[in-house]
Amino acid sequence: MATDIIIHDKKDNVGVVVIEKITPKQDCACWIMEDDSSTNIQSVDEIPLGHKIAMIDLKEGDTILKYGHDIGKVVKSIKKGEHVHVHNVKTKKW
Amino acid sequence: MEIPKSFLGYKRENGRAGTRNHVIILPVDDISNACAEAVANNIKGTIALPHSYGRLQFGADLELHFRTMIGTGCNPNVAAVIVIGIEPKWTKKIVDGIAKTGKPVEGFHIERTGDIGTTMKASKKAQEFVMWASEKQREECPLSDLWISVKCGESDTTSGLAANPTVGNLMDKLEPLGVHLCFGETSELTGAEQVCATRGATKEASEKFMKTWSSYNDFILKEATDDLSESQPTAGNIAGGLTTIEEKAFGNFQKIGNCKFIDVLEPAEEPTKGKGLYFMDTSSAAAECVTLQAAAGFNIHLFPTGQGNIVGNPIEPVVKLTANPLTVKGMGEHIDCDVSKILSREMNLSEAGDELIKTTLRVANGRLTCAEALGHKEFVMTKLYRSA
Repeated sequence: MATDIIIHDKKDNVGVVVIEKITPKQDCACWIMEDDSSTNIQSVDEIPLGHKIAMIDLKEGDTILKYGHDIGKVVKSIKKGEHVHVHNVKTKKW
Repeated sequence: MEIPKSFLGYKRENGRAGTRNHVIILPVDDISNACAEAVANNIKGTIALPHSYGRLQFGADLELHFRTMIGTGCNPNVAAVIVIGIEPKWTKKIVDGIAKTGKPVEGFHIERTGDIGTTMKASKKAQEFVMWASEKQREECPLSDLWISVKCGESDTTSGLAANPTVGNLMDKLEPLGVHLCFGETSELTGAEQVCATRGATKEASEKFMKTWSSYNDFILKEATDDLSESQPTAGNIAGGLTTIEEKAFGNFQKIGNCKFIDVLEPAEEPTKGKGLYFMDTSSAAAECVTLQAAAGFNIHLFPTGQGNIVGNPIEPVVKLTANPLTVKGMGEHIDCDVSKILSREMNLSEAGDELIKTTLRVANGRLTCAEALGHKEFVMTKLYRSA
């Protein structure tokens, strides 16, 4: 089956869109690289290739995990299936 | 895939091997660029390396200038060198540094002669050098004569998902065969620095890395006037879906596969601990980083990109790969190796690594890179601080 979203690590709370874009309310097939397992998610937003989708509900102050590691903090709450990017996540460095 | 044990390179006087056979006209300083370019224009098959610096530098910055100049001349992709500077002393220092390799090198200074007289004298010698170099033949060289540097640019999330891990897969396969490897980009490991430090082969290497990273980070924090969100990640990175420097760093870090680094190098410092992976303290700007790695003696470069960085280098061929299908579609003339099928899962990482090894060897054997065919020759000196 075609993969719409790739997730690096089982611990990750975000996935990356790997098709040209996903549209709202799309049922997406996700592949988890770490253990070659699969999961599904329904999108809320339109999200373009390479951009991230929230795999769970996230609240302000939560840590975004990708590659199994901390890549920044949530600055505006995010619902499962929403677009995760600079409008709701910031670096913890600099 | 069975990995070939050799490639066709140019054997040099000091035992190294080149993937290219350039005769370069190297200006010592900014004001000698015009003369160097005039010589390269006169004598076909030579290449001038104009740059912006070389006057009134001092201390560590001046040392780096000399190390970069001398290292560029010493690179095995260079058959012979004409050095042109405004005055004799610094010109001679660079000539003497390059001469240690045993390759033909001659210096000219402009003071008391002028551009026209110097161009004439240097052109005569350049003609002699290029005709001599043109008779050099490629010979079979062991794979361990490859010194491979890596740096990514205009990254996006496809870099961390696929293009950078492809480079990591190549490293995992070629490291046991005795090649030299080098990664850099000190600032772009920010967020992944602790994890990177654990990849030092020795306690000493790990500590040296953390010291180098901390020093660069302190410098950034001291100079920063905002949160750097306009520069790191870049607008291109953000358009491609990268949100924070930490995310970019973990993607970047995929390039070294499972290898451990044996030493930490100063910018443009030649590795001396034998085969294996080295970390070099470099800026994360593409042309600056590749220029420093070439000056350290690396003879072929692998450059994964997401959104499509187009950088090249005058002496070290830069092999580009991408996993972003939109980049392949929109700017395919810049991409030497397309690994976008990883995203659609029609290709796995090991297959992609094999494809990259094949491309790397074809380029090592003489196939032009996209950047070479398109005339990319970015030679950018790293300057540490203002001149006196």
